[in-house]
Amino acid sequence: MAIRVIEEKCNGCGLCTKNCPQMAIAVDNKKAIIDLEVCNYCGACAAACRFRAITIEVDKQAQEDLSQYRGVWVFGEQFRGKVAPVVLELVGAGRKLADARNTELAVVVLGSDLSAAARELSEYPVDKVYLYEAPELAHYDGERYSRVLGDLVRALKPEILLAGATTTGRSFMSQVAIKLYTGLTADCTGLEIGDDGLLYQTRPAYGGNIMATILCPYTRPQMATVRHKVFPLPPKRTNGKAPEVVHLNVKPQLHSSRSELLDFIEQVETTVNIVEADIIVSGGRGIQDPANFALIEALAKALGGAVGASRAAVDAGWIPYAHQVGQTGKTVCPKLYIACGISGAVQHLAGMSSSDTIIAINKDPDAPIFQVANFGFVGDCLEIVPLLTRKIEALRGRA
Amino acid sequence: MKICVCIKQVPATTEVKFDPETNTLVREGVDSQINPFDVYALEEAVRVKERLQKEGEEATVTVLTMGPPQAEQALREAISLGADDAVLLSDRAFRGADTWATSYALAQALRKLQPDLVFCGMQAIDGDTGQVGPGIAVHLDYAQATYVAKIEALDKRKITVRRLVEQGYEVCAVRLPVVMTVVKEINEPRTPSLRGKMNAKKARIPVWKAADIEAPEEKLGLQGSPTQVVKVFSPPHREGGEKWTGEPEELADKLASLLKELEVV
Repeated sequence: MAIRVIEEKCNGCGLCTKNCPQMAIAVDNKKAIIDLEVCNYCGACAAACRFRAITIEVDKQAQEDLSQYRGVWVFGEQFRGKVAPVVLELVGAGRKLADARNTELAVVVLGSDLSAAARELSEYPVDKVYLYEAPELAHYDGERYSRVLGDLVRALKPEILLAGATTTGRSFMSQVAIKLYTGLTADCTGLEIGDDGLLYQTRPAYGGNIMATILCPYTRPQMATVRHKVFPLPPKRTNGKAPEVVHLNVKPQLHSSRSELLDFIEQVETTVNIVEADIIVSGGRGIQDPANFALIEALAKALGGAVGASRAAVDAGWIPYAHQVGQTGKTVCPKLYIACGISGAVQHLAGMSSSDTIIAINKDPDAPIFQVANFGFVGDCLEIVPLLTRKIEALRGRA
Repeated sequence: MKICVCIKQVPATTEVKFDPETNTLVREGVDSQINPFDVYALEEAVRVKERLQKEGEEATVTVLTMGPPQAEQALREAISLGADDAVLLSDRAFRGADTWATSYALAQALRKLQPDLVFCGMQAIDGDTGQVGPGIAVHLDYAQATYVAKIEALDKRKITVRRLVEQGYEVCAVRLPVVMTVVKEINEPRTPSLRGKMNAKKARIPVWKAADIEAPEEKLGLQGSPTQVVKVFSPPHREGGEKWTGEPEELADKLASLLKELEVV
């Protein structure tokens, strides 16, 4: 591992010094000099340099023939036999990648009694549906699932493996990637095949303030998790042949686990999961009182959306943590986000600023939320929201 | 019972901006803090320790971090919040590590510490991956439970936890030793006690290098990382749009017609 300044290319412009988070670079006599005692090889300088004057060399090569890996796989996360919506979004993204690589798109589903899931997936442009059915796999169990999927990947060698960045997807894919000693990029918002045939994975970091593009050059599969709502639902298959459904051989020896599911407590009030919602109505400190959250709920209901909240509202105990949007809550990307009485601290913006359309209602005309809102309404949300709810109900009633 | 907590030192503010004019990162206030989720992990570890001690059992909490020498500051803060001791993993060989190599190095250090319980935050606010906790468990071949919102029961052989998932809560019994990642809902962290602050000041914090954790360099840092960052850039800038003021009735009217335009009603 070595970082190097190519002297002929460096003109001492100093971009690298400004970009270095470690403050490890100085410019002396019009050349950048890197303090190797301080440098942590993060690559910010090399990425920033306009003259390609900084290189980081890793003495590394593939340990096996990577060309034996073919095909794009999507992990078909299911809950009680029903495929998670993000899986269908990934089918759309995966289709494009598979076409660009001139290869097959497969969805691999683990569970018990997956016939309904297979039927649902068959309506989409998928080439193969792999089903691995065993009673012990009915509900997600990290140990069982990662052993089984790890085994399948070793045997069938997909080139790319995608999963939703759900609680399951994030924990599960990490375990598989560690077992396979391959790279995994979390929460991708962009996936593209480069001219070199590699998967260019783009993701936000530092609360969405910076985007980074990541490669996995020497190992396979190239793995990524993808957030909800980043890719659109693909159109259903209108022609072409239905996917081949493959029932995989079950290997009970892979099913042992040190974890036992005792109970599942479904959350009734979160019937609309905020990360999957198209419309979110969120309340913050401006709601003032827990009872007023009913106003937010009524608007959300009228619009067929879900209820979100800022950290202030959750910390005050007005609404459960599962509704929290932001850095220490959930990252959401709905079509419409309505922020009511939310000032818009950076931590909140980190969780919602990639929504398609943002509407903000706030008393303070200088609230930072207005800097990201497409439409701003300066006023008291406690007065405006109930009025709006009634108008919408009236409109709906007429329709 | 031996309890370990893995923490990460992160920038105190997430106000890291990218200036497209000069192509540079602008950080406002470069102070550092313990990753907020890790504070909940630490608090839970300390609570478990205190409960066990009350029952007359021996229990200790050791905090572990991998980072530059100045990450020692985060460890001292953790001791002020109730940890007994701390270990800093710091070596040039660890630099540039992605989640694979980070979880490997932490796991190698934990192998030496032999904990029964390992706590981590569900993710770090800078990297935001949530991959290191589950990764540590696989490297160590420990059982795991991610997104833990509550510990329901603990004995010498197993722990029963409530996991926060999209559809609700999963209640699981998991055999020890185990790696857990926790969500914010699990507790309300304490503030440092005076005694904690004294302990933090006095504590001797050993620094472990690659050789101390018997980790071959090819599995560490940039060299051991399967992923590579090839480009860093600024996300599309979002600008505030039109703003309306007026009587609530007027604004509600405007909003309703806007929602109609947007085809949501």
